Amino acid sequence: MEEYKTITQVAGPLIFVEKTKPVAYGELVNVVLPDGSTRKGQVLDTSKNMVVVQMFEGTRGIDKSCAVRFTGDIVKLNCSKDLLGRILSGSGEPIDGGPPIIPEERIPIIGSAINPYARKYPREFIQTGISAIDGMNTLVRGQKLPIFSGSGLPHNDIALQIARQAKVRGQAEEFAVVFAAMGITYEEAYQFMKEFERTGALERAVVFLNLAKDPAIERIITPRMALTAAEYLAYTYDYHVLVILTDMTNYCEALREISAAREEVPGRRGYPGYMYTDLATIYERAGRIRGRKGTITQFPILTMPADDITHPIPDLTGYITEGQIVLSRELHAKGIYPPINVLPSLSRLMKEGIGEGMTREDHKQWNDQMYAAYSEGVDLRGLVAIVGEEALSERDRLFLKFADEFERRFVNQGKYEDRDIEYTLDLGWELLAMLPERELTKIERKYIEKYHPNYRKKKSS
Amino acid sequence: MEVSVGEIFRISGPLVVAEGLKARMYDLCKVGEEGLMGEVVGLAGEKVLIQVYEDTSGIRPGEKVVNTGMPLSVDLGPGLIGNIYDGVQRPLPRLKEISGDFISRGIEAPGIDKKKKWDFQPLIKKGDEVKAGQIIGKVQETDVVEHRILVPPNVKGGRVKEVYSGSFTVDETIAVLEDGTELKMAHKWPVRIPRPYIEKLPPVIPLLTGQRILDTFFPIAKGGTAAIPGPFGSGKTVTQHQLAKWSDASIVVYIGCGERGNEMTEVLEEFPELIDPRTGKPLMLRTVLVANTSNMPVAAREASVYTGITIAEYFRDMGYDVALQADSTSRWAEAMRELSGRLEEMPGEEGYPAYLASRLAEFYERAGRVKTLSGEIGSVSVVGAVSPPGGDFSEPVTQNTLRIVKAFWGLDAKLAGRRHFPAINWLISYSLYTNTLAEWYEKNVAADWNELITWAMGVLQEEATLQEIVMLVGSDALPESQRVLLLVARIIREFYLSQYAYHEVDSYCDIKKQYDMLKAIKTLNDWFYKALEAGKTYDEIERVEGLDEFMRSKLEKDYRSAMDKALEKIKKSLGV
Repeated sequence: MEEYKTITQVAGPLIFVEKTKPVAYGELVNVVLPDGSTRKGQVLDTSKNMVVVQMFEGTRGIDKSCAVRFTGDIVKLNCSKDLLGRILSGSGEPIDGGPPIIPEERIPIIGSAINPYARKYPREFIQTGISAIDGMNTLVRGQKLPIFSGSGLPHNDIALQIARQAKVRGQAEEFAVVFAAMGITYEEAYQFMKEFERTGALERAVVFLNLAKDPAIERIITPRMALTAAEYLAYTYDYHVLVILTDMTNYCEALREISAAREEVPGRRGYPGYMYTDLATIYERAGRIRGRKGTITQFPILTMPADDITHPIPDLTGYITEGQIVLSRELHAKGIYPPINVLPSLSRLMKEGIGEGMTREDHKQWNDQMYAAYSEGVDLRGLVAIVGEEALSERDRLFLKFADEFERRFVNQGKYEDRDIEYTLDLGWELLAMLPERELTKIERKYIEKYHPNYRKKKSS
Repeated sequence: MEVSVGEIFRISGPLVVAEGLKARMYDLCKVGEEGLMGEVVGLAGEKVLIQVYEDTSGIRPGEKVVNTGMPLSVDLGPGLIGNIYDGVQRPLPRLKEISGDFISRGIEAPGIDKKKKWDFQPLIKKGDEVKAGQIIGKVQETDVVEHRILVPPNVKGGRVKEVYSGSFTVDETIAVLEDGTELKMAHKWPVRIPRPYIEKLPPVIPLLTGQRILDTFFPIAKGGTAAIPGPFGSGKTVTQHQLAKWSDASIVVYIGCGERGNEMTEVLEEFPELIDPRTGKPLMLRTVLVANTSNMPVAAREASVYTGITIAEYFRDMGYDVALQADSTSRWAEAMRELSGRLEEMPGEEGYPAYLASRLAEFYERAGRVKTLSGEIGSVSVVGAVSPPGGDFSEPVTQNTLRIVKAFWGLDAKLAGRRHFPAINWLISYSLYTNTLAEWYEKNVAADWNELITWAMGVLQEEATLQEIVMLVGSDALPESQRVLLLVARIIREFYLSQYAYHEVDSYCDIKKQYDMLKAIKTLNDWFYKALEAGKTYDEIERVEGLDEFMRSKLEKDYRSAMDKALEKIKKSLGV
């Protein structure tokens, strides 16, 4: 391996190297520091007279006398079934004290795009046991559904509850979990690890940890490492993989840092113009492929700066992912867990995953009616604030009550409460029964007669 | 221009700088030892700037670059229909055969099958005079589409020396002109150059979409342009899919530009199953898909809209009405921004290149209803989705698009949150085609059509004003007649404007049914006021028997009798 001592400039996380042999774009680089330690980097720009390298672990301690070694290889992950049960650093090195991973295959972490023609449309209902998700924004296997959260909200609890309870009904196989932490605190990571250990999930989990104290630039490769591991497990060993990426906001901050160091023209709020494309190369690695058994379901978590859903990070994410679960500070303050605000939440893939044979025949229309009724009730709260409840008509008061009960009984549930879909739907029917029957315009007669509590009572009596 | 060879000087993501290469702007190049496809986008001194359509990882300076001397072109001929392409017209099924489930690099695949034989029936004979763009024969490409074979628009034409009929591949000669020119079923056309036509014609025929809010209130003409801006989750893609499914066009070109992979899969799995209400055949038999999803190379995304619209123009030149959906033009604009940034061009607003407005205008201007070179009338209608950051319509892509398009369908996150779909806000949307199409509607639907629409729109506008008062004082404080108006407005919204895309019956609503429904609402309205005058209270009217049946009647296959039955009930209990 050739070595160069021709660093001419160091700027933030970037180093500039001159007079090299032809270096490949994306090539993995090792830099040897005067104390003998090495750091890894990747080529961002290459030409006949200058190579720009981004250093994953920062540039502290690097001077112009450091030796730069170009490996001739692009960044790869050692893939093996033995990854399961292991804890790795944000750049894929074991940090659990165990033996090194003996690779069955070394796979470039950049990943290739799935040919849309090879994809299979996700249709299998995943029961998470959380009513606000299963009933209102159903998750299916192969979907990418982020949690839009805010600082201080219990997104980690929700992610853990999903990882714990997620199942496809009628199938015994459990999900393998790939967990990638990017810039989260030790405490948060500890909560995840402890829970994984407690439930025995660690045996079927691969954990990548880049904590808040770890180098920021490393976060650029952490999710790609995680997804490469997930793809290997899904497509080589037929696992159904649940990938939890947290916190994507920290990933985007790292992206902005590199962009700024390269003096690129910034887009909105200083984030690079290519952030959409970059995020897409992460999120689009979820899915199902025709003729392959394994699947990848993604749960990215991001904290919205100042709870602003129009901030570039949640905004661009929402344009790529297949819906979003939005947490609300207001519900959290009311003591409701999980504080999921269903109105801005959405699951784009639910329409194919619900209904007869998957959840229940009435689910679709039930869902429309629940949404319409809750949103009407929420709208009326604004009115009540101005004119008082007395000024409302009797009809309006019922909708107001519906909205309150919806939050208190339907959304609210225990952290260890695992509700099956029938329970969720029937609970919804109980709430709908508070409204006059003629208000249920979105549900066909036959379902009302079959599932409405009034009719059920009649039948049973 | 002959083939020229140079070598790579620099690589920065999708941008490659070559030296020692002879090149013109927009020449197609093969970059590196793997021969990645790229296009010349700039010349600077001895250096040539190339945007590469594939991932450049692992490519080194010093590798060779070959200039083909040809601009980026598409293959046009039988075999386009039902296919799905990437942004530079490589068929995705073929790529899957070659490289498996993931797309690898450096693969070449022609846009249409070169081996397949088609039955060519000539429409000319020996000795005829043919000119550029003329239809000279036909091939039954699918059950639905008769592919008309054209003299390429860039061939001069002349007297026919020989003409053959029978089974041929697209590259075999089907006719020879006296000057020796050999004509084939397929030809190439550079994507960035609009195909010529004789003249543009006024947009006087609506493109019926089967979507009530569009056909009734904000119609688009055949050959027209429309934009659908909206924040994420407001239903841009569903609306685009609905248009692709139900538009009364002969050919549909759907461009998935930088969007989700699963959305294209949905089209691929669904369209072969869905039946076109007009032909009774699967929708896929009239559809061409261009799919360059968000994780596929960004330069190919930039090219994908040109690939799509060139294919659309080609079918227009056969005398067809073509509907083109581009989802989303914002991703296209972002691809331009990304490449412009790599070229270190001076940025305009929000980092977009200064030529954003002119590129958008050029693209939409390729729509139109035209008299083709062969004398037929054909059209390309373009509907572009726009994805404004944060749903803010004041951003450059939305604003520059609105300056060009004639119909604006503004999506509203609030409506979507209430699950009112399509979430097109009727107060902010508009169509400049309403006037030019009025005559067509009067002639082909009903004489009182335009009157009804003005009335219904009036009610919705009035509702918006009243809502502001209601927010202050509550609805009980309004006079009864205004409360009835609010009730009628609610019926218009929930019965008429809201339409279930995934309901078997409601997904498509023909224009006759639209008229019947609207007329029925007007009848109800008149009865309500009559009952009010006769002394009924608002509460009695609101709870009138049969109203809920009326609201559901649109979901019945035989909506007419269900609606009439409900109306009869309402009439009786109102006593009018």
